[in-house]
Amino acid sequence: MENLANALVVLSNFVIIPALAYGSQLALGALGVTIIVAVLRFSNFAHGELMSFGAMSAVFAVWVLQWLGISIAPLSTALLALPVAIVMTVAIALLTDRFVYRFYRVRKADTVVLLIVSIGVMLAMAGIIRFAIGPDDRVFDDGVRFIISVADFKALTGLKEGLAIRTSQAITIVMAVLCVGFVFWLLKYTRIGKMMRAYSDNEDLALLSGVNPDQIVRWAWVLAATLAAIAGTLYGLDKSFKPIVFQQLLLPIFAAAIVGGLGSPVGAVAGGMIVAFSEIALTYSYKKVATYLLPEALQPDGMLQLLSTNYKYAVSFIILVAVLLVRPNGLFNGRPS
Amino acid sequence: MTAFLSGTNMVGGYGVVDILRGCTIEVESGQVAVIVGPNGAGKSTGMKALFGMLKLRQGTVTLAGEDITALTPQARVAKGMSFVPQTDNVFASMTVEENLEMGGLTQREGVQDTMAQIYDLFPVLKEKRYQPAGQLSGGQRQQVAVGRAMMTRPKVLMLDEPTAGVSPVVMDDLFDRIIDIARSGVAVLMVEQNARQALQIADRGYVLVQGENRYSGSGPELLRQEDVRKSFLGG
Amino acid sequence: MTQRWQGILMYAIMAVMLALVGIIQGWSNALGILNLCLISAIMALGVNIQWGYAGLLNVGVMGFAALGGLAVVLVAAAPVPEALAAGGAGVMWAALIMAVTVVVAYGVWKLLPPSTARAWALVAVAAVGSVVAGGFYFPATDAIEAVDPSLQGYLGGLGLPVLVAWVVAPLLAAAAAWFIGKIALGLRADYLAIATLGISEIVVVTIKNEEWLTRGVKNVVGLPRPVPTEMEVRVMSGFDRLVAWTGLSVNELSSIVVKLGYTALFAAILCALLFLFQLALHSPWGRMMRAIRDNEIAASAMGKNVTRMHLKVFIIGSAIVGLAGAMLVTLDGQFTPGGYQPLRYTFLIWVMVIVGGSGNNWGSVFGGFLIWFCWVQAEPVGVWLLESATAWLPDGSGLRAHLLNNASQIRLVLMGAILLVALRFMPRGLFPEKTGV
Repeated sequence: MENLANALVVLSNFVIIPALAYGSQLALGALGVTIIVAVLRFSNFAHGELMSFGAMSAVFAVWVLQWLGISIAPLSTALLALPVAIVMTVAIALLTDRFVYRFYRVRKADTVVLLIVSIGVMLAMAGIIRFAIGPDDRVFDDGVRFIISVADFKALTGLKEGLAIRTSQAITIVMAVLCVGFVFWLLKYTRIGKMMRAYSDNEDLALLSGVNPDQIVRWAWVLAATLAAIAGTLYGLDKSFKPIVFQQLLLPIFAAAIVGGLGSPVGAVAGGMIVAFSEIALTYSYKKVATYLLPEALQPDGMLQLLSTNYKYAVSFIILVAVLLVRPNGLFNGRPS
Repeated sequence: MTAFLSGTNMVGGYGVVDILRGCTIEVESGQVAVIVGPNGAGKSTGMKALFGMLKLRQGTVTLAGEDITALTPQARVAKGMSFVPQTDNVFASMTVEENLEMGGLTQREGVQDTMAQIYDLFPVLKEKRYQPAGQLSGGQRQQVAVGRAMMTRPKVLMLDEPTAGVSPVVMDDLFDRIIDIARSGVAVLMVEQNARQALQIADRGYVLVQGENRYSGSGPELLRQEDVRKSFLGG
Repeated sequence: MTQRWQGILMYAIMAVMLALVGIIQGWSNALGILNLCLISAIMALGVNIQWGYAGLLNVGVMGFAALGGLAVVLVAAAPVPEALAAGGAGVMWAALIMAVTVVVAYGVWKLLPPSTARAWALVAVAAVGSVVAGGFYFPATDAIEAVDPSLQGYLGGLGLPVLVAWVVAPLLAAAAAWFIGKIALGLRADYLAIATLGISEIVVVTIKNEEWLTRGVKNVVGLPRPVPTEMEVRVMSGFDRLVAWTGLSVNELSSIVVKLGYTALFAAILCALLFLFQLALHSPWGRMMRAIRDNEIAASAMGKNVTRMHLKVFIIGSAIVGLAGAMLVTLDGQFTPGGYQPLRYTFLIWVMVIVGGSGNNWGSVFGGFLIWFCWVQAEPVGVWLLESATAWLPDGSGLRAHLLNNASQIRLVLMGAILLVALRFMPRGLFPEKTGV
């Protein structure tokens, strides 16, 4: 019994909790991607940079706050900086829409053209971010590191294995639940949310019904950018802020959005969790878990690791390929392909 | 004195070729007008022209005596016109009730009352109000589409082939509802493939050929004319 | 006619710019840029056949280029017999078992009806196959990597002439393109973009981590060359007379001669490809491709199998990119997996195609030249601009140091801006596609 408990603790500590936190970050990112697909009808390759921009704004705001001596200890200053990050990110998203994307929307350009345009935005934004803050790694979490540390947990339960819950992980999960709940409430019950869904479902009919497309597009960017800023900041808080990482996150985020079904908000959240859990579960070494569950004679020599952590992005790719082969519209049927 | 909604001498098309070549379509409040004709005669195009979804090179559209030729479709909705497209005429992923709500977006008040009236008109919709419209049968979906269009409390209701792909029984029922709508004071204009049945309920009928009025008159009158029967109704 | 003269004029200006670099920064330098321009132009041709002819989005250009580079290692690197003896058999077994696994999985997929049971059966087959293959693979690769790790530690290649790799590289890239195209073509257009992004990430991660195959970040150096080395050139008969005649230093001249050798090779291939592609573009096949691009629905209504045609084009384009990747590694004489950045260079190629003119081969080639030239020259120019712009700041200024430190990032902004400006104000590029021909 105690062995089982120990095994579960190890699993929670190294797989479940990290995957929940990472999945929350991916879900928020994928939700933003999917909203843009649903309303503006193109895959926004610049979404990773939008997240990066949000995180960068948060880092700058944290520096200013720290310099001013403002803090909300024991919580991280980044939480206080988050509203600033959101405002900045929404502003940059609306500006790019006004000066870049709108031109193509008005001319009803092909979705592929918009995709390439978003690539241009991505390059420019990546350059600006690296120019502003530099390409290096930056840790900006200044709050209390742990809610429960390994030592506390062991003392509390008397188990041999410890469970640590980092503050940043807890914040991430709580924030993600709040954000996802808010977005779903907005889409389901508010006038603007219903209008967005109607516009996404059937643009012509929505226009006939008196939906104002400019308003819908603006709201889509506000939502996507807000989610991006939160996701980026949370990711930076949980790990660290490094501009290049957000380019690498593009694949898992799109994989998540496609697994769930591009354009489907529920799908984006589910997809984020699926990708995160697969990635971490497949690259985790189960040796320690096995020591508790298997009798001594059956103990394996190897690491019991299915895939080296170097290949974590391959997991997204495999999931993506599987979905495209079996169910190209995603698990939660978005718009038909 | 022109009719309540009137498109006079309309000329226009999509590219360089004119599809409408001087056709005139009118409908009075409380009446049903039906446009019939062979494929490619410009029936749907005429309807779209009246609704502002097509730029006219010549001719005028008036509503209650006011020239609305230059207005956008959205502006015409605000003026009390409503349109049910032939295909993709519901929000498939949204519930019946949400579809109706979307129809009522432009209304400031009385949305609930209007919705209740529509549920009275189409009781089955009330039953299925929380189901996504995409899961309904073809006939029910047409009812949702008509219901959505009625949510603006329009003075003119325009329907593009409302009975396409529904069974004869459902068609009769739908026509009955459309008459009900007209009798409540709305001007109803529709394009129909099922010409014979449609003309039977028509206060006014137009037979369009190659973008021009070939015959017009009350529905029963047209049905009595032998050459109309021969050429367009199959004998 | 005016369009043709405009084109010739632009190529002439490009030549003058390269000549200016030769005069100001030295001819060896200019030839170095020219050689990379030629390779860029070939990559751009590959992307153009995909995007310009068929409207297909390949976001994984660097992945295909890396596969081409890998081909050079596999074909031309010196074999390492000790490593082969230590782990060759194990790797072969692992590969064989994986192949069998794939065949069995395919059989399960085809034979069983779609069901949850089938999904689990597939998972089981994959799991068993991977575990068994892993049993051979891991000891074998460990053994290979243990063979003289500081110098070798990998299987090595076949030791064949490097030009053979230029044939193998396109095939390798084509195989990857077939795989990804089979999966993602015929679906939404953006799926192909994301799938290609995925495959390029995988390729790059693999070549970085599979040390037994590529030495990973330890790089494979000393790959054989298709032209003589500088040292060999120096002892050639008549070289000293050439030195006397040109008045250049021995170092400079030998380097110029070697680079000219590469230039000749690359230019020959570029010309051949350009000729073939022009022929294809004006053939009935080319016209059909463009018809499909412009109106997919009408084309499929005419009974054309659009997905099949797209697959062909996608494979051809990727093969060309693979070839260019092999040429790049050949030019460097080394394979440096750490240097492949999936996104950054991919989009450089995209900028080339779009600025040059989508669908126009001459335009893509010109775009390859122009954009590579700008990319190389943007860094010194950017640093110089920033230095001048921040000259008023005090010497020890942290802001100034920060700006100068990150000056190289300006290039990214520049490329993004060029792409956006080109798309907006010149969507048909410098060399617009001739329509109605």
